Amino acid sequence: MPGTTEYPVQLIQPDGRRVHNPEYQALVADIGPEELRRLYEDLVVTRRIDTEAVALARQGQLGLWAPCQGQEAAQVGSARALRPDDYVFGSYRESAVAYCRGVDPSAMTAMWRGVSHSSGDPAAVNMANPAIVVGAQGLHATGYAYAAQLDGAEIATVAYFGDGATSQGDIAEALTFASSWGAPVVFFCQNNHWAISEPVHLQSATPIAHRAVGYGIPAIRVDGNDVLAVLAVTRQAAARARGGGGPSFVEAITYRMGPHTTADDPTRYRTAAETEEWARRDPILRMRLLLEREGLLDADVQRRVDERADEVAHRMRTETITMADPEPSELFDHVYATPHRVLDEQRRDYTAYLADDPACALATAAPAAREEGVRS
Amino acid sequence: MITTFAAALNAGLRSALEDDPKVVLMGEDIGRLGGVFRVTDTLQKDFGDRRVIDTPLAESGIVGTAFGMALRGYRPVCEIQFDGFVYPAFDQIVSQVAKIHYRTRGKVRAPLTIRIPFGGGIGSVEHHSESPEAYFAHTAGLRVVSPSNPADAYTMIRQAVALDDPVIFFEPKRRYWDKAEFDPAAAPELPLDRARVCVRGTDVTVVAYGGTVATALAAAKLGAEEGISLEVVDLRSLAPLDVDTIAESVDRTGRLVVVHEAQISGGLGAEIAARITERCFYRLEAPVRRVAGFDIPYPPAKLEKHHLPDPDRILAAVDRTLAA
Ligand SMILES: Cc1ncc(C[n+]2csc(CCOP(=O)(O)OP(=O)(O)O)c2C)c(N)n1
Repeated sequence: MPGTTEYPVQLIQPDGRRVHNPEYQALVADIGPEELRRLYEDLVVTRRIDTEAVALARQGQLGLWAPCQGQEAAQVGSARALRPDDYVFGSYRESAVAYCRGVDPSAMTAMWRGVSHSSGDPAAVNMANPAIVVGAQGLHATGYAYAAQLDGAEIATVAYFGDGATSQGDIAEALTFASSWGAPVVFFCQNNHWAISEPVHLQSATPIAHRAVGYGIPAIRVDGNDVLAVLAVTRQAAARARGGGGPSFVEAITYRMGPHTTADDPTRYRTAAETEEWARRDPILRMRLLLEREGLLDADVQRRVDERADEVAHRMRTETITMADPEPSELFDHVYATPHRVLDEQRRDYTAYLADDPACALATAAPAAREEGVRS
Repeated sequence: MITTFAAALNAGLRSALEDDPKVVLMGEDIGRLGGVFRVTDTLQKDFGDRRVIDTPLAESGIVGTAFGMALRGYRPVCEIQFDGFVYPAFDQIVSQVAKIHYRTRGKVRAPLTIRIPFGGGIGSVEHHSESPEAYFAHTAGLRVVSPSNPADAYTMIRQAVALDDPVIFFEPKRRYWDKAEFDPAAAPELPLDRARVCVRGTDVTVVAYGGTVATALAAAKLGAEEGISLEVVDLRSLAPLDVDTIAESVDRTGRLVVVHEAQISGGLGAEIAARITERCFYRLEAPVRRVAGFDIPYPPAKLEKHHLPDPDRILAAVDRTLAA
């Protein structure tokens, strides 16, 4: 693996032709026509989830969404390299990873709609809650991986983060801990070239993978828009983790095609030419060209894939827009695992206040009149 | 000039950059993007990327390097993108920035301004709506301020940058788009550490700061319609507290309600209640009441209207105070 921090591993070229690379081809030798089609379906479905969620945000059904458009191959390829008993820590942009782990898309939108802070039950899918604080999850993954090792569990733990996150102290500390403990963690950096408006060279003067080398952690760069190459390198890293080989670092070179979030305006900081150049390396287009070139994609297959995407998106939309607002009393739920006197009192007082306690009669007499007006 | 809160800050920062070549701005996305709230819009274009500096994505790094620049005679103004992301920088702020003057027996100053958009009401996700002001107000060596309107935003940011002590500058993010008219050429009406009586009243003093001042003013308006006369005090400075101004008001009204978004326990309301009880015990007609956030982590967006003090809750507290 040393030496592979210079040139990204690639197995499919942007025009859909295969790349001859015996070492990494061998890692995906089992991926035949059916498996290729399934990966293609994952890519198409997750892009559909993304575009539908962006539409929901634009329509005011979600407060915000962080699109992963352009990063589907990096996310699907890596997530499909994992076993159900592996464990995943991600940021707020890992919707394709979440889909592959079995997270219900409408559990993903709940957080962005503002009805809850989480997206489902981590234990059900072995994927932690999204980390909004950039880089925090690197340490969590390292601790989890170390604990798994102490338990004798032969699993891989993966930490997903962006290029910007590598500037955070938490990621530097995670690399130190992982290396010092030999923790079986895979650091999976999606270098999507931008941290909101900041280009990757502001975070790192060298390829990001070089950082890991300085910590004694083997690192590899991979073409992040090539789902097969990502699958191969992640399988390798995960196998190393499960086999007691310690941490490794994957830098998937990819591109965020959309805005940072639906509140962002990327035209302020990057050129149309750059975006167009990356559109030509679109991970889904690449997979389609490969399938067509190898005679694996006919109208029937494409229709099935599209129908599946529509169905998932439709269900996500319906479940999202019919999601009920939480009850006010939920404010006080789960702050502590054990009873807490002050909070119990606050819940009681506020419930009474809302229920038109005589002491608040004046307050509730004209609730509409007492609205403050604009809130945002 | 009529302008928004965000544009007033922008104008204040612009004049600070013009006045003193040692002033630099630092933060994530503050350059070409102009900050996620556009507070630094066009400043990099006009002052260059050595004075309006896009930093790597690292809050401890932002404050720690700004501190180093301050040691070298600069006056850095740091932007923390959102309240919930100041914690990685907390150690630098409380252990280094706040203590340097004391530690060096006055030989070294840290004239940093750390701007933090704070508070809720914008329907955002986790870590984007917090009110961490009590942590900083509790730290000796720091000045903590929060403007509530565009005119104060403009003058207070300039005063903060000019001050030789570190200032934590809390910007109520849900007020960024509020508009007001003011004269930027006018001399500052108040020093940075003074509170202001915004509305005169006779029945109850309501103290608020930052985002809740407008809420308190709305309550005063509604109260007036119901025959209750509220006096609204905008704290402006959270550390040091201008207890004199509050006490003078309470001496007139005999009643006090303190409003803040931050969780109630251990919040600034407790400090104000204690100080006013000491000062005005024999003039108080009723216990000091607090209207604040609950003792919970900031809730999901669909619940924040319950967590945030609103005019109704303020008036309910006023009613209880009057009934006492
Ligand atoms: C500690 C912290 N600081 C700032 C932010 C605000 N913020 C959210 S995402 C982001 C950019 C992250 O870039 P990167 O790590 O490259 O990941 P990407 O968003 O590109 O996937 C910033 C600055 C944050 N969430 N957490």
